[in-house]
Amino acid sequence: MNATDTGSGTTVKLVLAWFWVGIPLAWGIWVTLNNALQLFTATKAT
Amino acid sequence: MAAFLDRSHSVAGPGFSRWLVPPAALCIHLCIGQAYAFSVFNKPMSQAIGVTAPAPGDWSIPDLGWIFSLAIVFLGLSAAVFGRWVESAGPRAAMFAAACLFCGGLIVAGFGVSIHNLPIVYLGYGVIGGCGLGIGYISPVSTLIKWFPDRPGLATGTAIMGFGGGALIGAPLAVTLMKHYASPTSTGVAPTMITMGIIYFIFMISGSLMVRLPAPGWKPAGWVPPTPAEAAARMITTRNVVVGEAVKTPQFWLLWAVLFLNVTAGIGILGQASLMVQDMFGVAVAAAAGFVGLLSLFNMGGRIFWASMSDFLGRKRTYMIFFGLGAVLYALIPWTKNIGSLGLFVAVCCIILTMYGGGFATIPAYLRDMFGTVQVGAIHGVLLTAWSAAGVAGPVLVNYIRQYQLDHGVPKAEAYSVTMYIMAVLLIVGFICNYLVKPLDERHYVTTAEAAG
Repeated sequence: MNATDTGSGTTVKLVLAWFWVGIPLAWGIWVTLNNALQLFTATKAT
Repeated sequence: MAAFLDRSHSVAGPGFSRWLVPPAALCIHLCIGQAYAFSVFNKPMSQAIGVTAPAPGDWSIPDLGWIFSLAIVFLGLSAAVFGRWVESAGPRAAMFAAACLFCGGLIVAGFGVSIHNLPIVYLGYGVIGGCGLGIGYISPVSTLIKWFPDRPGLATGTAIMGFGGGALIGAPLAVTLMKHYASPTSTGVAPTMITMGIIYFIFMISGSLMVRLPAPGWKPAGWVPPTPAEAAARMITTRNVVVGEAVKTPQFWLLWAVLFLNVTAGIGILGQASLMVQDMFGVAVAAAAGFVGLLSLFNMGGRIFWASMSDFLGRKRTYMIFFGLGAVLYALIPWTKNIGSLGLFVAVCCIILTMYGGGFATIPAYLRDMFGTVQVGAIHGVLLTAWSAAGVAGPVLVNYIRQYQLDHGVPKAEAYSVTMYIMAVLLIVGFICNYLVKPLDERHYVTTAEAAG
């Protein structure tokens, strides 16, 4: 990152940076939500 | 290499977007947040020899519990000891050091598991990894505060949200890798830890490459600092206090107590969530695990939500809500059992967990308001000893109270009521501590040059 950065270059970097952290986080949230659904769908312990 | 890590080489040039700094911070916090998911290793590590069931010579669960406790203790100690170094070396060097320590610790722990040597696991994950946790936790905080003087709560909330989110990634990643590496003669824990160490190292180093410091005197376009009258009304200082002076103020210790009590109370729910929902509502083990996952999600969401809200509400008022509303909600938990409402119980616990996470995420901005920006990272580091203390005191308190009641014939489902009422009382004490926080006396402030030096 330096003084020659263009506006579009910065935008690309921003998109890439947020995807880099956003994709694993979204995966973690998806897995967690799927597991959490069992709280309301699973039968009681016997 | 040393020059690349140098603070002066990480100053942003013109055209740099400050919105690249939160993802850099998330690269660190999403990795070190794996610590919250360390318990996924407990069961397989407790049957490392027997593989399908514990065998003679296998480690006990209480022995394994010390790994996480050690990591949290060293998190607080290293944040306190290395806080000033993090400020002077800059975020890039600190993030690099955190990556080496945390990921190196994971790899050493993996080696310890492979030769079945528990002290090496303690040393690897607990001591070395714990130091990586501490340095990593504070490394982006003061940088974010400097980039976002207009929204410090939002900025620190984004980073610290990552620590909560790290568990959501770390747990399924570890489970997936252990399934991949498991064999008839191995639970797959050792190669899983080593693989995670390598993956996390790449991720953390990317954060270290991405992070930049603002140039001296930089301000967000169009941002006008609050007038002295506005700042005084919101208890925000425009001056600075050095860490050595900050720890001599009653305000620092009141905030230490605020964090300690908020974390201790949160552990009262988190530490026994799975058992609690099973004992109180008779849900199955898998569903209880889903409940714990849901709490982690709200713990994470609360970090960004409450820290962002604190920019508008003010820090003191935000903590008043945590403690006031929190005390009421803790006291309501036994009632949800009495009326048999699982939905209400889950809702109450989820709201409580948002405030547990919010307490972590809002405290750096509170410190910045009280002590200024120049040494806020170092001051935050010392304050994190409150987390270490709560990490030890919270589970001991909760487990002791529960066991005492069970030993005296209280039914399992009822054994949580007293714990919840005690947590509510702790939160009332926290409310009082927060209420007592007042602006600092004039004599504590130094000039910006003195603070930087």
